[in-house]
Amino acid sequence: MPSGGIPILRIGHTLLATIQLDLHDTVVDAFQSDVLEEMERTGADGLIIDISALESVDSYVARMLSNTGKMAKLMGAETVIVGMRPAVAATLVRMGYFMTGIRTALSLEEGLEIQASRSKDGRRSEIP
Amino acid sequence: MSFSANSGVVAESWEIRIEKEADIIAVRQLVRELTREHKFDQFVAAALTTAASELSRNVWVHAKSGVARIGVLRGERIGLELSFVDKGPGIADLQKALAGGYSTANSLGLGLSGTKRLVDEFHIETETGLGTTIVIRKWKKDF
Repeated sequence: MPSGGIPILRIGHTLLATIQLDLHDTVVDAFQSDVLEEMERTGADGLIIDISALESVDSYVARMLSNTGKMAKLMGAETVIVGMRPAVAATLVRMGYFMTGIRTALSLEEGLEIQASRSKDGRRSEIP
Repeated sequence: MSFSANSGVVAESWEIRIEKEADIIAVRQLVRELTREHKFDQFVAAALTTAASELSRNVWVHAKSGVARIGVLRGERIGLELSFVDKGPGIADLQKALAGGYSTANSLGLGLSGTKRLVDEFHIETETGLGTTIVIRKWKKDF
């Protein structure tokens, strides 16, 4: 697991990353590459990014989340962002920033259910 | 730049130089702290914090050096006034930037037009080769 940055845990076929407050841009950039490398290392095909600790999300972070989702998709993984606070949702819409490449769920539990239900469709391969 | 007569006066203010990336966070944290201290609701707080982040980032990315001034407005209502001054390249096509006309790959375009929608007052003066000054105000909402 990468050190000094955002913790990335593995739950079955899914990676769970929890973003804390006030990220330096370098931490944000490192997170993106850490996630993709971890995805390759573990063969995970699902990513959950928990942003429940964030009271605000500016366009830089929103773009990072969106791009991470698109990059993960190229590697065959679906990304669910969970825990978006009401004020964050309101701010993003008011700014006119529409995040693509990701889907959202209100809770971590719901995010895990979404990822788990994907395997039931038989879309997942055997664990190596 | 002139403001309406009832806008209140800046009662307390702070100044943060923007010269490194960490200064963006410092500005954001101060704004967040002030919204907590003066009990702004989460929506107004997030709008102010996000606007502060966007505008500080613009100074850092485009001018590399500048100053953020954060003031508490006291009048009929409480509000925050944030100003960002730099001696950077200035914005060549202001109308285009405010309309969100720059591509999404360019952080400047999206930040400005989006930020304008988050605040109650948005004033900008810019001149190519001389720099940019942006002043925003947002008031606490009492329901």
